[in-house]
Amino acid sequence: MATSDLKPNNPEYAKWVDPATGEFRVLEPGQTFKSVTNKITRIVLTPHTPLGWFAMFGIFGAIAMLLLTAVTWLFLKGVGIWAITQPVAWGFAIINFVWWIGIGHAGTLISAILLLFKQGWRNSINRFAEAMTIFAVVCAGMFPLIHVGRPWLGYWLFPYPSTMTVWPQFRSPLLWDVFAVSTYATISVVFWYIGMVPDFGTMRDRAKTRFAQYVYGIISLGWRGSIRHWVRYETASLLLAGLATPLVLSVHTVISFDFAVAVLPGWHTTIFPPYFVAGAIYSGFAMVLTLAIPLRKFYGLEGLVTERHIDNMGKVMLATGFIVAYGYGMEAFMAWYSASHWEWFMFWNRVFGPMGWSYALLILFNLLIPLTTLWSRKLRTNISFMFFISIVVNTGMWFERFVIVVTSLYRDFLPSSWGTYRATKWDYMTYIGTLGLFTTLFLLFVRFLPMIPMNEIKMMLPGAKIKPKVAAESGD
Amino acid sequence: MPPREGTYGLLAEFDNPSDLVRATQKARHDGWRRMDCYTPYPVEEAADAIGFHRNKVPLVTLIGGLMGLTAMFLLEVWINTLAYPLNIAGRPLYSWPAFVVPAYEWTILWAGLSAAFGMLALNGLPSLYHPVFNAPNFRNGASDDKFFLCLEALDPKFDLLETKKYLEGMQPLSVVEVEY
Repeated sequence: MATSDLKPNNPEYAKWVDPATGEFRVLEPGQTFKSVTNKITRIVLTPHTPLGWFAMFGIFGAIAMLLLTAVTWLFLKGVGIWAITQPVAWGFAIINFVWWIGIGHAGTLISAILLLFKQGWRNSINRFAEAMTIFAVVCAGMFPLIHVGRPWLGYWLFPYPSTMTVWPQFRSPLLWDVFAVSTYATISVVFWYIGMVPDFGTMRDRAKTRFAQYVYGIISLGWRGSIRHWVRYETASLLLAGLATPLVLSVHTVISFDFAVAVLPGWHTTIFPPYFVAGAIYSGFAMVLTLAIPLRKFYGLEGLVTERHIDNMGKVMLATGFIVAYGYGMEAFMAWYSASHWEWFMFWNRVFGPMGWSYALLILFNLLIPLTTLWSRKLRTNISFMFFISIVVNTGMWFERFVIVVTSLYRDFLPSSWGTYRATKWDYMTYIGTLGLFTTLFLLFVRFLPMIPMNEIKMMLPGAKIKPKVAAESGD
Repeated sequence: MPPREGTYGLLAEFDNPSDLVRATQKARHDGWRRMDCYTPYPVEEAADAIGFHRNKVPLVTLIGGLMGLTAMFLLEVWINTLAYPLNIAGRPLYSWPAFVVPAYEWTILWAGLSAAFGMLALNGLPSLYHPVFNAPNFRNGASDDKFFLCLEALDPKFDLLETKKYLEGMQPLSVVEVEY
């Protein structure tokens, strides 16, 4: 990061500039190898779990129970308890699926793309962003499974030699989804776990109780930090990052194909793949902020997850927000320029029809509020404001999925087949329940696993630089 | 394999990566080959110093990826043309563009799994026991803030007393003998 845009005399910024190199610091000055280890392992290895953690776990665990209730009732009664009917045969299930999987994408983006681009600032946030990915994919993957109504038959989607000799239809994007999402889930879990193995070694060595030593000992696989291991480990990490990058782009592209191969007005659009991917990253970064801001405060990690991180994530959101804005613009333009009667009606109806409120909210939450404010460095480094923006964008992106699904379906070609859509309490319970499940899983993660990668932070510390001999002897 | 006995090597402990790299460079220059460094994070210069540059992880990944690609594409072609041909709107049975997406996903899946598990296998992990864990100061430091150089007893130049003296000449924090 160049420092040319900084005012050198401003004391507020001075402490963030490394006097030796003139580079912008990503970490608060004064961190050592030891302090990093202590700060991160203490959160997990403490015998005293903070009361606040229990409180949060209780609240979000209770919300997750809503999901259990809703899903149990769903399995007993069938998908008729949801609001889906003709013409809106796809309701909350697909909205939430697309929303959740999009949230997951920022985790992979931070851990993979920013690793390839050698963006050091990712190191403090990549671990919990990856955890966020996995839990988001858990929530996302659930919706296609439960929306079939008979989830115990979900395995029919896989190509396996069944006694009925019926094989899946590989020309369908819904089947592509199965492969894209299951690959994405698997690779995310592997990437996450492999990334944690050296840190598990640290946890094993620092654990005081026998039980913790055993558990971390086994999951660290006997990691001992041999330099040969590190070389292969770094190669594997880079390769996984290189593989995850096209994967993350392909997953949301495939999801957009679910819509784009349909002939329905508003879905039959070639802008969908890039626009879905950008939206996914937009909401994903928002979710990283939603999680990171309370977390760094609660666990006192301001020195590791700094304002610089929040600022950079704000910039990414600004950029992806504009891609999303371009997507909205292109949708409108193509509806008009295609001169297709149905396309234009669909767009008009989307904006001014009975569901127009959802489009208005979408524009307000995704474009008007974030894209006018995220320009300002002052606002991007204002922590409470960024938390507010992250909630706004998450909500806005949910409305985007709602608008795409519902406003295309409820009024299509024939006025005689028009209808409407009003979600039932079971729809809401399922959705809110997944928020509880996600947060509960995340709380378990921050309690039991190292949420910031120690070895990657240590690489960035000033002590990690190899000094020439003269400097070493003079005691520097 | 019966448990081995005797000395695995001598472990020198350093306070910072610079000293470790210099010591490793010197040892390699002096003809040591059976040696290893243990660090809390990857130190590129130390890998250079012991002369470890190339590894087989990329090759394993490439092979895995190609296997995934071939497996899924052939599976799709077989299912859609031979096992369960479906005439969908008169499209050809061998409609390969539609088969690309799952084949692409499996390329990544198999390549990724090969990269991860191939890396572990090449590293000889999981292996919960290793002689260096016997060194009293190893577990306190190697995963935290200390840097270790181990000269192994299998090296022909190894002699317990001489090597100890040699390592102490590099001003480490300590030199300890590691037993099997």
